Amino acid sequence: MAHGPAKGIGRWLFTTNHKDIGTMYLWFSFAMFLLGGFFAMVIRAELFQPGMQLVKPEFFNQMTTMHGLVMVFGAIMPVFVGLANWMTPMMIGAPDMALPRMNNLSFWILPFAFLMLTSTLFMDGGGPNFGWTFYAPLSTTYAPDSVNFFIFAIHIMGASSIMGSINIIATVLNMRAPGMTLMKMPMFVWTWLITAFLLIAVMPVLAGAVTMMLMDINFGTSFFNAAGGGDPVLFQHVFWFFGHPEVYIIILPAFGVISHIIPTFSRKPLFGYSSMVYATASIAFLSFIVWAHHMFLVGMPVGGQLYFMYATMLIAVPTAAKVFNWISTMFRGSLSYETPMLFAIAFVILFTIGGFTGLMLAIAPADVQYHDTYFVVAHFHYVMVAGSLFSATAAVYYWLPKWCGRMYNETMGKVQFWISFIGFNVTFFPQHFLGLAGMPRRYADYALQFSDWNMISSIGAFIYGAAQLLFLFNVVRTIRSGKPVSEPKTWEGAEGLEWTVATPAPYHTFSTAPVVK
Amino acid sequence: MSRRARMLFALLLAPAMFLATFGKALADDAQRWAVNMPKGVTPVSNAIYDIHMIIFWICVVIAVGVFGVMFYSMYAHRKSKGAVAANFHENTTAEIVWTVIPAVLLIVMAIPATSALLQVYDASEAEMDIKVTGYQWKWQYEYLGQDVSFMSELTTPESEIYNTAPKSQYYVREVSEPLVIPANTKVRFLITSKDVIHSWWLPDLGVKKDAIPGLVNETWAYVNEPGIYRGACTELCGQGHAFMPVVVNVLEKEAYNSWLAEKKEAAAAVRELSKKTFTLDELMAQGKEAYDRSCAACHQVNGQGIAGVFPSMIGGAITTGDITSHIDIVVNGKAGTAMQAFGGQLSEVDIAAIVTYERNAWGNNTGDVVQPIDILKHKQGQ
Amino acid sequence: MFLFALFVMPPLYDMFCEVTGIGGKTSGPYVASEAGIDTSRTVKVQFVATNNAAMSWQFSPKVYEVVVHPGEATEVVFYAKNSTHRDMVAQAIPNVTPFNAASYFHKTECFCFNQQPLKAGEEADLPLVFIVDRDLPRAIKTITLSYTLFDITDRVTDGSVAKLN
Repeated sequence: MAHGPAKGIGRWLFTTNHKDIGTMYLWFSFAMFLLGGFFAMVIRAELFQPGMQLVKPEFFNQMTTMHGLVMVFGAIMPVFVGLANWMTPMMIGAPDMALPRMNNLSFWILPFAFLMLTSTLFMDGGGPNFGWTFYAPLSTTYAPDSVNFFIFAIHIMGASSIMGSINIIATVLNMRAPGMTLMKMPMFVWTWLITAFLLIAVMPVLAGAVTMMLMDINFGTSFFNAAGGGDPVLFQHVFWFFGHPEVYIIILPAFGVISHIIPTFSRKPLFGYSSMVYATASIAFLSFIVWAHHMFLVGMPVGGQLYFMYATMLIAVPTAAKVFNWISTMFRGSLSYETPMLFAIAFVILFTIGGFTGLMLAIAPADVQYHDTYFVVAHFHYVMVAGSLFSATAAVYYWLPKWCGRMYNETMGKVQFWISFIGFNVTFFPQHFLGLAGMPRRYADYALQFSDWNMISSIGAFIYGAAQLLFLFNVVRTIRSGKPVSEPKTWEGAEGLEWTVATPAPYHTFSTAPVVK
Repeated sequence: MSRRARMLFALLLAPAMFLATFGKALADDAQRWAVNMPKGVTPVSNAIYDIHMIIFWICVVIAVGVFGVMFYSMYAHRKSKGAVAANFHENTTAEIVWTVIPAVLLIVMAIPATSALLQVYDASEAEMDIKVTGYQWKWQYEYLGQDVSFMSELTTPESEIYNTAPKSQYYVREVSEPLVIPANTKVRFLITSKDVIHSWWLPDLGVKKDAIPGLVNETWAYVNEPGIYRGACTELCGQGHAFMPVVVNVLEKEAYNSWLAEKKEAAAAVRELSKKTFTLDELMAQGKEAYDRSCAACHQVNGQGIAGVFPSMIGGAITTGDITSHIDIVVNGKAGTAMQAFGGQLSEVDIAAIVTYERNAWGNNTGDVVQPIDILKHKQGQ
Repeated sequence: MFLFALFVMPPLYDMFCEVTGIGGKTSGPYVASEAGIDTSRTVKVQFVATNNAAMSWQFSPKVYEVVVHPGEATEVVFYAKNSTHRDMVAQAIPNVTPFNAASYFHKTECFCFNQQPLKAGEEADLPLVFIVDRDLPRAIKTITLSYTLFDITDRVTDGSVAKLN
């Protein structure tokens, strides 16, 4: 034991070390982020002006679909799995994850799945073109031939998430250092524990949905085909039963990260720790019983609409509590604005705005005008990009010194933040206007009155995209030649077991468990 | 000015110049730069607008309050200005207060939301019923009990879409035949689909409902103001999703009654026309117009189709082979493919013209002439 | 969860839809009881027909609407003609709107219970006998029954179609 990492490519293929696996998840998710971002650039370039300039509508539909799939399943979910892998054992004083070999498998099936999914773009008939939500019968009877590869990729990616979640639960429940009761766990660990339960509950449901699709397409069944006694609406119920908890899977770990960064840069403990835990658990529970708010226009009886409207509105209560707690953490703290804190503050503001538009969407009668328009697109980009992604970016800046023993360039970090912040808002704020004014989503082309906001949105997108390349540059340069740092506690206000180990973190940490008071 | 500065200036100016150019085309259209939903012309659209604004303003007030506290703190509690961190991290009273107040606010919001929703859902006691069927990629409107039915397809030409001709004012929002309904009448819509899920949306009427194959949804509208209102398909339905607008022409009751009477006469006239014999030139002209409108979305204006997806019309076994098979596939479609049965969508005149056009355009030159009566006979199984 | 989604959710969903009538799904053959006719009110029942996708039969109700008393058995006829040159089999799928009326709309005899084979050029009058339940909420005055006609010729020759009800 206690020898360093192996050499060469074998190290990465066969590693069972949570740090190595975390690193691979992070690089993989960044590559997917750039790929999904490329698809977004194609979309926004095409939508820069009315008319079809660059691509045909059919290919445009492939771009929107692949953008969604790659970003949701290839970028945002794996980045938090990467953070979980790197940080969870250190945060609870464990030497590694509970199931290190399964951890390796969970990662390595992902590049395979996404290579296969991306290759469908080059197949006859093209790649998936039915939206990342792949409603039947567009995704069954009318799907391109590559749909079976799409289904296979989803299965693999789901298996990866399930295995990863099992690992996290086993690790957190069994391997905490003596003295670390559940209510002493760091928030990032709590949010991931709860997220892991959500994943185990709903990824199999997604697998069920795509398997039913597979059977309808290839084996003559009629789950979603009215001709054989089935129902297209059944697909939507099964999908959204997965889909709604999925978005909470995407945001809860992000909440966890923010709950670390804000206290650090406020030099003050997190306000209301226990209510943060209860709020997270309530959000997770509520996420199971609101799915049909994605289906308000499908022909639901009034009673159902009212129930789902009320239940969805309820989620605002624990979510607001969290926002108030973060602000109370800052209040009367001693605040400094390093790059992680800038992203964390932007998260609080912009995620809250996304939360407000979410509340508006919950109002079922108003949803008659919002559903399937750019208003929805604006909403989910605010919560997923300015929410989740900003939080992941903040996490990278925050923990990068611990990972590689070098400090990133703070000025470049701040510049990258401001360009991202401005670029993001220029891209997505006008999309609220587009939706309200009447532009539907997944549109390759639009009526002339939508030209102005579309052009502005596209310009913002190019700016935002450029900022991500700057981020890549800063990270790579830091790892290769950043200023070395060696204090265990990189940040003055940082608390937690990860800040007690050396910087950079040794290959094996906590081979002996610490005692937590 | 340095070269760089000039380039930068041009880059910044370009969008402004572009917008200025467009400005002329839309100068009379007050909808540019719109930031909000329309109030619309029905009691439902107004109710929706009202609840939307209530929730919006509540959110704005909360945001100002919450962010105000945060921005204050970001300024006043800076370490760089000497702020020393306090140590509190709990306050049960505060937590209770900011849990209860939002909950109460939500209840307050839920009340008008509920009443607006009940309004949206009340399709009872309608004065007329219209069946709306979504197709890839057009709408069919059927006036129940009136024997009036027609397709409503996009008429924006490909040249405008592919930028070889300037875009007209109602680019991608103009159709061959709009839905016509009377003002001040409760109209019920029965909405379904032929193929995939579509969604029928008219923002000005406050009407949107999914069109699902195998099931019929209902919704309704009572339009106070005559006028032309334009909407869109709002559920991804394939490559033509952005190209199947919804256009409704709301007429005063008397004008509507005249229109309906005219439509019935016209339907009878078209049936008469089916017995007429047309020249090749007449059929080719009509055929090109009908083909570009109804077939080109898939088979393309140049007849080449899309490799691997939509067959080419040029020199194929169908378009240059047996005429009966050609007529059959247009009238009855081809099961298991995206080729629809156009027998129920287009008149015999249109179908005869299309088949004639397909057999003679793009160098096919079969010299075949198909008359409407041939189509009628085929439909009757002769 | 996977097995639940795959094997339990669809039948549960169907049962739920049938029992509650949500989604406009109507149930199977109805055996009428001698509850009598409610002559104090009438209900308008409309009929709508849709051909799915490439289905090209002529298919339409012979009357567009009837006015009935709840509890009264009424017969209407749909006309279908296979105007193509091949023998085909169709399946009509019913749907009722408003959805909360579905559980009060009973079909004692319906062509939608069976597959409909028609040879090339053949036409048929398809009967439907229905009763609107006496317990239909008084607020509902119009019921619309719609049939969507699907081409199941290929599925039938496969032998892979389950019989409905």
